[in-house]
Amino acid sequence: MNTGTIDRREAVAKLLDARDGALVVTGLGSASYDVHAHGDTDDNYYLWGAMGGAALTGLGIAQAQTAKRVMVITGDGEMLMAFGAFATIAVAAPKNLDIIVLDNQHFGETGMQDSHTGMGIDLSEIAKASGFSETRILRHLHQVDQLCKDLPKPANGPRLFVLKIEAKNIPRSLPPRDATYIKTRFRTHLGLAPC
Amino acid sequence: MNTSINCDLSLNWPSALYDVLKSAGVGHMSYVPDAGHTTLINLLNGDRHVKTNVLTTEEEGVAIATGAWLGGLRSVILMQSSGVGNCINMLSLPVQTRTPLLMLVTMRGEWNEFNPWQVPMGKATQATLEAIGVTVLRAETGEDLIEIVEQAATMAYEADGQIAVLIGQRLLGKKKW
Repeated sequence: MNTGTIDRREAVAKLLDARDGALVVTGLGSASYDVHAHGDTDDNYYLWGAMGGAALTGLGIAQAQTAKRVMVITGDGEMLMAFGAFATIAVAAPKNLDIIVLDNQHFGETGMQDSHTGMGIDLSEIAKASGFSETRILRHLHQVDQLCKDLPKPANGPRLFVLKIEAKNIPRSLPPRDATYIKTRFRTHLGLAPC
Repeated sequence: MNTSINCDLSLNWPSALYDVLKSAGVGHMSYVPDAGHTTLINLLNGDRHVKTNVLTTEEEGVAIATGAWLGGLRSVILMQSSGVGNCINMLSLPVQTRTPLLMLVTMRGEWNEFNPWQVPMGKATQATLEAIGVTVLRAETGEDLIEIVEQAATMAYEADGQIAVLIGQRLLGKKKW
């Protein structure tokens, strides 16, 4: 199957420029680097491990912070490891959780092995069948511009957007690896006290 | 509401546990069902001040609980011992981020167990949790359980601990068919 053509850094930059107060959770690997490359901010929560945990960490934040929008930015491999999360998130039905899958159809961090999304598995259809309120596949950068306009609109439930990005490794932009620092910084941003 | 005063804790520990969790400020719960957790699941599901999630696999609850804490909610995860095996890599998230975690684990495979398939993970539960860095406490009586969960909640939510409380199968009784 053809891989995408969207430049991942440009797409993520557009989404972050339009975040409008949204809390951002990133899946390990390139998604974290893409978000960090645009600027390291207190309302970014980067994962460096716990593969399969990004969308569900986002769900927990969304349930605790119902007045804020939560945007999970992750990769196809990370989301494939959270297959059950499609069901759990759909049943939980948060109206403030959007999942952005940067889908290069490969396990980019480990040597660009083919992933399931390049072999017929369509994450947007899985989300749709699970009961997400909106799903979409984007193949061109101008479609990301439209998505940026649509994201702030009220949602009826969780939404998932698959961005078919170019499969290439670009220079890494490494977020801090100190997990407690990122945690405390994120909570402080929300007015929550450290232990 | 206190539903547990003067109750026989060997039978009524689930409602007493509910009171303990409410007193500790728990406002969020995730679970994979276990027969031993039925009453507690029902009580928390019926509480409009507690957000609950049914999971497809226990590791999901670990990530959700971490997110809930990031957003300011105290979360508890209910599961049976077999589910602990599903959690291991995801537990690196609360362990490495030092995020409060409270897991209440009903044991199988250790006492009056009729199903041999439950035995391997029952034997491995405590060692597995300790191997990844979670503190394990065990309760064999209702009274112990209440006291242990009260202090485990303090250690988790106020001292950034990652704690699993194992509820002995001897307390749960033999599974009825």
